[in-house]
Formats: sequence, structure tokens, C-alpha cells
Amino acid sequence: MSATFLLLVLAVLTALAYAYGRARAMALAPAKSTGANKLHSLPAQHGALVALWAAIPAGIALLAWTLLAPTFGTDSEATLGSWLRAAAVVAIGVAGVAYAASRITPTLRARNHVEVVVRGLLFLASAVAVLTTLGIVLSLLFESLRFFALVPPQDFLFGLTWSPQTAIRADQVGSSGQFGAVPVFTGTLLISAIAMAVAAPIGLMAAIWMAEYADERVRTTVKPILEILAGVPTVVYGFFAALTVAPIIKAVGQALGLEVASESALAAGAVMGIMILPFVASISDDVIRAVPIALRHGSMALGATKSETIRRVVFPAALPGIVGGLLLAVSRAIGETMIVVMAAGLTARLSANPLDAVTTVTVQIVGLLTGDQEFDSAKTLSAFALGLVLFFVTLILNVIALQVVRRYREAYD
Amino acid sequence: MTDTSAATRARVAATLKRRYRTERIFRGLGLAAVVLSLLALATLLTDVVGKGYSAFRQTYITLEITLDPAALDPTGQRDPAELLRSDTQTPLRDALRNRFPDVTSTADRRALYQLLSPSAPFILAQAVADDPSLLGRTFRFAALANDEVDTLIKGSISRDVPEDQRRITDKQIAWIDQMVEAGDITTPFNWAFFTGGDSRDPESAGILGAAVGSALTLAVALVLSFPLAVAAAIYLEEFAPDNRWTYLIEVNINNLAAVPSIIFGLLGLAVFLNFFGLPRSAPLVGGLVLALMTLPVIIIAARGAINAVPPSIREAAMGIGASPIQVVFHHVAPLALPGIMTGTIIGMARALGETAPLLMIGMVAFIVDVPRGVTDAATVLPVQIFLWADSSERAFVERTAAATLVLLGFLLLMNATAVYLRRRFEVRY
Repeated sequence: MSATFLLLVLAVLTALAYAYGRARAMALAPAKSTGANKLHSLPAQHGALVALWAAIPAGIALLAWTLLAPTFGTDSEATLGSWLRAAAVVAIGVAGVAYAASRITPTLRARNHVEVVVRGLLFLASAVAVLTTLGIVLSLLFESLRFFALVPPQDFLFGLTWSPQTAIRADQVGSSGQFGAVPVFTGTLLISAIAMAVAAPIGLMAAIWMAEYADERVRTTVKPILEILAGVPTVVYGFFAALTVAPIIKAVGQALGLEVASESALAAGAVMGIMILPFVASISDDVIRAVPIALRHGSMALGATKSETIRRVVFPAALPGIVGGLLLAVSRAIGETMIVVMAAGLTARLSANPLDAVTTVTVQIVGLLTGDQEFDSAKTLSAFALGLVLFFVTLILNVIALQVVRRYREAYD
Repeated sequence: MTDTSAATRARVAATLKRRYRTERIFRGLGLAAVVLSLLALATLLTDVVGKGYSAFRQTYITLEITLDPAALDPTGQRDPAELLRSDTQTPLRDALRNRFPDVTSTADRRALYQLLSPSAPFILAQAVADDPSLLGRTFRFAALANDEVDTLIKGSISRDVPEDQRRITDKQIAWIDQMVEAGDITTPFNWAFFTGGDSRDPESAGILGAAVGSALTLAVALVLSFPLAVAAAIYLEEFAPDNRWTYLIEVNINNLAAVPSIIFGLLGLAVFLNFFGLPRSAPLVGGLVLALMTLPVIIIAARGAINAVPPSIREAAMGIGASPIQVVFHHVAPLALPGIMTGTIIGMARALGETAPLLMIGMVAFIVDVPRGVTDAATVLPVQIFLWADSSERAFVERTAAATLVLLGFLLLMNATAVYLRRRFEVRY
């Protein structure tokens, strides 16, 4: 019996349990006229309590059996094992119903019991976020430790050559592969820097114009249009970068007599800049509008022009928030995957020339994990080590940025 | 007094012209930035539309076909399964030869046969299986043309390019021109693009498989993330005590919302595939990963919506004797529902466009069949776009762009629904 079908059986059992418990409580309910034997809780609440007794113990049993069965050597998909599991789960469910139904009396505080369980479930739901983080950290850490058992961490963090191709035969030349990640990190930084060079000035100026100069009508039309840019899937930007922007940059470069790689960092970075532009604009706009109007009035009363007010009063006051927003944007650029997978190179090269092809952390992770899947080779495991670095760098950037933005907001609230 | 103020006025007047110019420049720069951003959006959209609109038409070659019942259905059973497997290539080739009787050399004939798509015989076999009365008749059949013919007809291949630099020869072009003149080449609406699965041949590749895969994946993600997110938001807004554990949860949710999506893919690979042994490339795993990704987005939106319900509603419910749980489930949650739905739709729209985490869990496989369940191997629309963008055939460019248009259409629809819900049900207290 498959797990899916068993879940269905359990759902039906729960529904029946609800109806049964409700009917039992109804039978106990007093005649309306006398008011004797009055129920503490509504029949539906009694039904819900019985249903919970049907679903929760049996659900826990099913989960435990399914998770633990492989470790005991019994395959839960094998006929005998799966029938045993089904029998055990249903038996526990029925026992739960019998127990709960036997307890139904007019004085049973069914509502209170149900509400305790519901509160518990609500709490568990909120704990999923913590579990997810824990899962991310543990899975990355665990696989990275296996990688660092094969390749020393200092070689990974400070090595200058990245060529993760492990040989098929052990005696082949260069069979170990080289895992110096510095060229990968510099490539990521180069592309992110280009992206920020595009997004930061344009996004900031656009935000200033919208917050300070544009009248309300223009603002309310332009802002949603810019938000469309933020909603375009990154794979579309990747397509645009690889098939439209990169050939144009290459053609222009060649016309100027420059040597341009067809997967130049400039193409990927520029398009990534367009992608994070609305993000920078939106955060900056919020931050600039949060600067108290009194500061502007004070500056203007001294005779400053509008642009002087913005540059010397509003901008310095908004600076911490803007920096926080830019940090968040950098974190996005570093973690962005599809644009660079489609438009940046695969070979790692130590270069600061935006016209060269460089690779990034995310490109390498995708490249290493979408091909063959042998889970003990240093090649596949290195993707998790890169993932770990990526996770911690973006985490630190995010924490600092969120802190800066929050503290700044508090200062003017 | 008057002297100094006059001097000051003189000093201000002396610099005023320059200051006003700076003001104009600064304002111009701001406007330029906005215009530049809008221009970028316009360029992106026109580029995709310009590349993709042609994929909605497909070139067919109309041929006079004679089907020999003895060759196609030797048993005479008219069994559809047998007919599907019959040799329909020969009648197509015969028809081409009859159309161009002066083509005699083997090499030329091969070039002639190449005008048709490798899928054309299958389409003919399907037509025969659907209607066995075609057997033994001579009729006009629109056969699917090869992708090179298709791109030539649509004008994406320039005829000025030297012959050795294009994959279609001058002879083939001459034959095509002859057929165009005779009106035998048609370009009807490309229904097959919306009803077919992926294919190695651009002319018969469709997006149905990827669209169904996307729908299944999103369904799994929605079923998992919506109840969890709403429950978590209710807990955090209504019941959570103000302690360190609650703070930890809040910090976690805010950080998860900013974790790069590819990290979620690594989580899915390490936990769902390697640890729990769930099937690779399955919408089930894709949905799980996307659910974890969208969870923080929906939680944040739901918390905002619940927070916006005024305390007077809660107090009134409490006043007539409702328990805290009843207050939330009978009064607060229903009032917050439109806001929660808006946030959910926006989260789902983001999940629909997500590619990177799905690459990690193997949804990049080449899959021809349309998936039938959440454990079948499948791919999704954005991954299909990625795969086609990587293909070398020129004809895949227009299909990539067309698939992008379809994806953007879905996203537009979802966001429009969210905006509509917000406008329609928004209550101001």
C-alpha cells in the first residue's frame, strides 16, 4: 500500500472520526427545555477532538515508520512491509478514535483541548522557517566537510587554479583536479561590481527624481512600470544577455579594435545591473521619502536650491539606509544564477578585464551539479563548499544591511 | 546692516546662474535615469516579442499524397495501434518526388527529403490512425516542414549569406521558391507549439510538457506553503510571546527571504534527493523546494494583512465570549484573507519564474512526455526556456522567445489577479 493511498485512508478515517464524535456529543446533549446535562463544549468541538485523536498519533506513526524503516532494513515499499505499516497506522488511528470517543462526557472541556493542539500546530508551522535554515546550514556543512577531507580548506580558499575536472582513471595526469577557488571569487566580484556600477547610479538617480521631483501622477504610473522589471524572471534576462546584449557588445568592441570574449563579463554584468536596478530604486525611494520634510524645509529656508537640498541635506540623512539597500543589492548580484549561467563563461580565469570571460560561484555550482552525479567525488562535493561560502557571504551582507536599514528607520520614526 | 545684506545679495546673485544650471543638470540626470530604466524595459520586451512572435506560425508543405493500403496496413485490420507504427515515410517521399520529377540524383533526392521534418511521418501516421478511410485515397496533406525551411520562409535566414555558411542549399531554396509560387507552402497558426512536448527538432517542439510540469510543481508548492505560511503568520502576529525564540523565528524568516535561490536547490538536492531518496526531476521535489522558498514571502505578506485588521474587531469578538482561537479563525483570518491571497499569488508568480533551484534537483532533463503526476520526470517553463536558449539550432531562438512570451503572459495574469483582488476586497478601517 503506497504512502499516498495510506494518507488518503487516514484522511477518510479522520473525517469519519469527526462525524462520529459529533454524533456522540449530540446524543449526550440535553433536551432544550430542561437544560440539564448541559455540554461544556459544542458537539463540533467534540468531533474535532476525536478527529485530532485519529489523525495525530496515526500520522506520527506513519512518519516514524516511513523514516525509520529503511534503517531497520525493511523496505516500506515491499508488499509485506507496506501492509504491516498500513495495518499499524490504521490500528493506531482506530484506537485513538475509540479512546477519545470513550471520554466524551458533558463536562469534557473539548474546546480547550482542541485549542491547545491548534496553538501547538501554529507554533510548529512557524518553526518550519528555523528548520529550513537549519537544514540549509547542516546539509551545506556536512557535504563541505566531506569535501574538505579530500581538499584542504586553505587550498580551496586561497588556491589560484580552478579546474575541477577529475580524471576517470586514477593514474591519469592531473587526476586530482585543482580546487583553488580564488579565480571563481574574483569573477563573481567582477560581474557583481559591473552590475552595481550600472544599477547604483541609475537606480539612485531614478529614486531621487521620483521621490523629489516627479509629481504624484507621474510617480504612480512610472513606479509600477519599473516594478515590472523586477518581476521579469531571471532566465529571461539571461536569454536577453546571451542572445542580444553579448553579440552587440562583441560587435561594438571589435569595431573599436578591442578583443571581446563572446561571453564577456560586461554583458552578464550589465544585464544583471538592469535586473537589480528596480530593487535599488525601490529601496532608495522608500528611504529618501522617510527623511522628515522638516529637514528639507530648513534647508530651503536658508536659500538652498532643490538639488542642493537633496545633495547636502537629504542624501546624507538617507545615506545609511541607501548603503543598506545597496548591500542587499550586492547580495542579490552575488547570488544571482541564471543570467551568469547563460551569459558568463565556465572556465575560471583570474582577470579584472570586463571584456574577458570569467566565471562565478553560481555558474560553477550549476556546472558541477547538472552533469554526472557521483556523490563521493571532490568535483561534486566542491559545489557544496562553494554553496557554503555563497550562503555565508550573502547571509552576512543581509544581516548587516537589514540591521542598518532598521536602525536608520527607527532614527526618524 | 544694509551694506552687508547688499554684499550678501551680490554674492548670491553672482553664483545664482551657476547654481540654477547645476539644478537643471541634476534634475535632468534624474529624469535621464528614469527614462533609461524605462528604455531598458522597452528594449527587453520588444526584443523578446520581436524574436518570438514568428514562432506562433509554422510552415507546412502541402503535398499530393497517395496512401497504399497494402503497404501501410497489410493485415487489413485497420487497427489504430498498427497504423501508428506503419511506414508513412515512403508515401511522403513519393509525393515529394512526384512534385519534383526532374530531381533524380541520390544526393539531390536526399536534399529534397530534408525539406520535411523528421516528425512529418508521425503526424501523417497519426492522421491515418484517426481516420483510416484515408487509406487508398489521394489527398492533399500539409506536411510539417523542416526547421531550416521554416526559418527561411519567416525570413530569419538571409539569402545573401554564402551557401557554405548556411544549412540550406541554393537548390533547396529554389525548390521552396517554386512551391511558394504554387501556393503549396502555408504558415497556419502553430497549435502544435501549445499541444506538444519537448523535441530535439525545433519544428515539433512544444511547451505543453513544461507548462503541465510548471502547473504540477506550483500546485505542490501552493498546497504546502499556503497553510504553513498562514499558520506561521497567525502564530507570530496573534500568539507568539515576546521572547528570544520568537525573535529567532522572525530573524530566520527575514533572512530566508534574502537567501540566494540556488542555495534552496542545494538544500533540495542534499535533503530531499540524497537523504530522503525522493525521485529526481519530479514536480514533487520541485514543489517542496519552491514551497520552502516562497514560505517567507507569504508569511511576510500574511503578517501584514493580519496586522491590518483593527483591534476593535478582536475586542468585539472577545466581548461576546469568543476564545482567542475563535477570535482568530472566525474573525481576523477571514478579514485578512484578501491580503493573504494577494501575497500568495505574488509569491507563486515568483516561484513560477524560478529556475536555478530546479536545475539542482534535476529538472533539466530532456523530457518528451507530458508529465501525468507529481512523481513523473518533468521540466518547467523557465527551465525549458533555459534548455532551448542553449540549443544550437537557429529555429530554437524564436521558440525560446515564444516560450518566454507565454511565461510572461502567465506572470502578467497572476499579478493582474493580485492587483484585482487588492482593489476589489481592500477594506479601509
